[in-house]
Amino acid sequence: MSDHILEMRNITKTFPGVAALQDVSLAVRRGEIHAICGENGAGKSTLMKVLSGVYPTGSYDGQIVLDGEPVEFRGIRDSESHGIVIIHQELALVPYLSIAENIFLGNERRGRSGLIDWHRTNAEAAALLRSVGLDENPVTPVIQLGVGKQQLVEIAKALSKKVRLLILDEPTAALNDVDSAHLLNLLRRLRDQGITCIMISHKLGEITAVADSTTVIRDGRTVETLDMGDGTATQDRIIRGMVGRDLAAFYPTRTSTPGAEVLRIEDWTVRHPTQDRLVVDRASLTVRAGEVVGIAGLMGAGRTELAMSVFGRAYGRDISGRIFVNGLQVRTRTVAEAIANGIAYATEDRKHYGLNLIDDVRGNISAAALGKLARNGWIDGNEEIKVAERGRRDMNIKAPTVMSVVGKLSGGNQQKVVLAKWLFTDPDVLILDEPTRGIDVGAKFEIYTIVNRLVADGKAVVIISSELPELLGMCDRIYTLAAGRITGELPVGEATQENLMELMTKDRDLVR
Amino acid sequence: MTSTKPSTSPKVDAPDSGPVATLHTGTSDPRTLILGNLRQSGIYIALVVIVALFAVLTDGVSLSPGNLTNIVLQYSYILVLAIGMVIVIIGGHIDLSVGSVVALTGAVSAVLVIREGMPWWVGILAALAVGVAVGAWHGLWVAYAGIPAFIVTLAGMLLFRGLTLRVLDNISLSPFPAEYQRVAAGFLNGLLGGQGFDAFTLFIGVFAVVGYAASVFRTRLARVRHEQPVESFPLFVLRVVVVGAVVMWFAWQLAHARGLPIVLIVLAVLVLVYGLLTRRTVFGRQVYAIGGNLPAATLSGVRVKTVNFWVFVNMGFLSAVAGVIYSSRSNGAQPAAGNMFELDAIAAAFIGGAAVTGGVGTVVGAMVGGLIMAVMSNGMQLMGVDQSIQSVVKGLVLLAAVAFDIWNKRRAAGSR
Repeated sequence: MSDHILEMRNITKTFPGVAALQDVSLAVRRGEIHAICGENGAGKSTLMKVLSGVYPTGSYDGQIVLDGEPVEFRGIRDSESHGIVIIHQELALVPYLSIAENIFLGNERRGRSGLIDWHRTNAEAAALLRSVGLDENPVTPVIQLGVGKQQLVEIAKALSKKVRLLILDEPTAALNDVDSAHLLNLLRRLRDQGITCIMISHKLGEITAVADSTTVIRDGRTVETLDMGDGTATQDRIIRGMVGRDLAAFYPTRTSTPGAEVLRIEDWTVRHPTQDRLVVDRASLTVRAGEVVGIAGLMGAGRTELAMSVFGRAYGRDISGRIFVNGLQVRTRTVAEAIANGIAYATEDRKHYGLNLIDDVRGNISAAALGKLARNGWIDGNEEIKVAERGRRDMNIKAPTVMSVVGKLSGGNQQKVVLAKWLFTDPDVLILDEPTRGIDVGAKFEIYTIVNRLVADGKAVVIISSELPELLGMCDRIYTLAAGRITGELPVGEATQENLMELMTKDRDLVR
Repeated sequence: MTSTKPSTSPKVDAPDSGPVATLHTGTSDPRTLILGNLRQSGIYIALVVIVALFAVLTDGVSLSPGNLTNIVLQYSYILVLAIGMVIVIIGGHIDLSVGSVVALTGAVSAVLVIREGMPWWVGILAALAVGVAVGAWHGLWVAYAGIPAFIVTLAGMLLFRGLTLRVLDNISLSPFPAEYQRVAAGFLNGLLGGQGFDAFTLFIGVFAVVGYAASVFRTRLARVRHEQPVESFPLFVLRVVVVGAVVMWFAWQLAHARGLPIVLIVLAVLVLVYGLLTRRTVFGRQVYAIGGNLPAATLSGVRVKTVNFWVFVNMGFLSAVAGVIYSSRSNGAQPAAGNMFELDAIAAAFIGGAAVTGGVGTVVGAMVGGLIMAVMSNGMQLMGVDQSIQSVVKGLVLLAAVAFDIWNKRRAAGSR
């Protein structure tokens, strides 16, 4: 028997038009904590979905070898029957069921009559809770627990399935420091009991503290696997492995001539809408006219939350801080107020938050500023078509007519509709959240060109992006965000993928 | 009905692909024509088929002047309710209370006019005020308290039925004075004299057809000017001629019965006003935006709560209009008036193409949906079909209509 509990060999997984994983190999030793690092979109989650059978055998190329035996998983049940359990970042608990019911969901403890044996269910649940160090009554509804405790319930649920290989996707992303420390200690204890853990994490401090080895993935390929014990595996080395994406992608050139300050945000603090933690913590930033400012941050850093809370308090609660537009303090208590004050925000999820997919191009372009087309509430339909046509021409939206349904356009063209919609509100500041996510190279270049045209016209643009080369290629200045705090501000001339990633992965302790 | 939305074209990435080239000449490929138009015109075809079916089954009685007049008088209040209901449904809500509100508004009016002896118009104004108040009540709970409309209006259904019983002291009131009865049972005729038929009715018919033709022609010109797709010219002319012929024939039949019913004028004005309101005003468009994608509407600065509130106020208002018409037609107020009207109105909206998920639907579609239900009920009554069978048939038609719509959407999505 090999000392590797798991080997994934030459895994290649393609989605229509994109290779998400190319020839990725991963070897995990028995009884270790194995960390997987990589930027957003590097392919970590895809790899774990292949491993857990979410993507069934046959939908990818390559081989999974468990305990020296090749295995084929047709679904999650297959992988679970081999002792592989994945805990997703978004916890999969039913809020109104009790802890015990959640632990044995789909795996109920039944008596001889076929009915649920509640004594056994609750007794076994209590034993599992003890083993993960959670002091709660098993009949407590899960909704009454904090995220940290819910995470422990998930682990107890995994233990109930006789887990041998536990996969955790960003387990501490939503936890505070105390809960994180508790969880990491639990992982160490489980390892000592012989349970192997694979942990996806962005927090390098955490990784160096608990991981025995680390595999770095970049752009769907394995970069290297580091043995954390031998002293060469420093945070710098991991960062170098994570970044270093191809910078050769085309970015249209632009001469930057920043003017007066257009947007200033001071001490912006936002609390999570349901959990007791700060998602944005005393963030301050400025944007000038004719300037492109980038916000870099990994998943869960609070980038979208920062933008959406500024944009008419569309996210979060207990929001405090000050916003100045063109030097004057403004109130943006509603989205309408934010738009009226010259702020526009194009969301990262255009299908769910940005567009009415069943409406036409015309209706979407005019949606955020219908008032400009109307007199006494009556829309000038011809004017609206003119506006839509202008947007279609300026943005080069490839739709047969402005009456085409937006849901039928390609991703790049949908994104151009979003841009046309926000430009029609005539904003001073345009916040673009992941403006090129999921669109092809040609359309990306077009979007970059549009952004450059806007700043040349004196608009201020903020780009939130997971792609560091995009930020380096497009921005004049880049802020880094980690755990809700601004951890750095670099002019593009001084920024590199390495120093940005270092700032983006700063732990809270290091920030203080 | 001044324009119809263009049929959806296949996903296009390159500007030089097929559909663009044929834009301004109109589509002439018969297959795309039929399949593309099937979605928009499916309910019109269904209406024609059902009308023809019952004309045959009843030996033409269903199309007789007297019966057509009857249909208008008998189903106008359902159509009025359907106007409000389709707007509620486009916004992604539902209103189960309208039957009770019809009863309550009629009862208030009857108490004031019949029991208290006030003038007929006081009764009408009071009914409308009560309807608006009921709508505001629903709107407050749905929009500002965030309670699903299904629950709020289910509560309203019970609440306002109870209030109706209270207001009427559990007994029916009748009769209304003649002026009040004229609202629903009255006719405008003899204004231009007649030779065995009512010339005024025909005049209004001609007026309507000319207005329709002018309006669609103007729309067409504007679309051509803005280089938007339009149907081919012969098809356009055919459409105008067919609509004109149907309207004139209908007017001719009415003119040979009792003339132009006043409720028909009320209904026509409401359809016109609400047709424009839904398509041409900021308010109307925001209702579609909310129903189509609520988060996107919110992030576009739509004042979602305000819009939802007024959608329900409007529903209350139209329920009151229907309440007045119904009480006028039945010449009194009964504790059980309006029972199950909400279901007829909801059925009309869905048969007329509204989507359960919101964001889709038209006033004209809801009218056609309501007419389909009306013609079926009326035809089966003429044939003496048992009440139980009538109910079964109507239920199956509703199910089939929505199933067809969903099948159609899935097919369209699959062809992407």
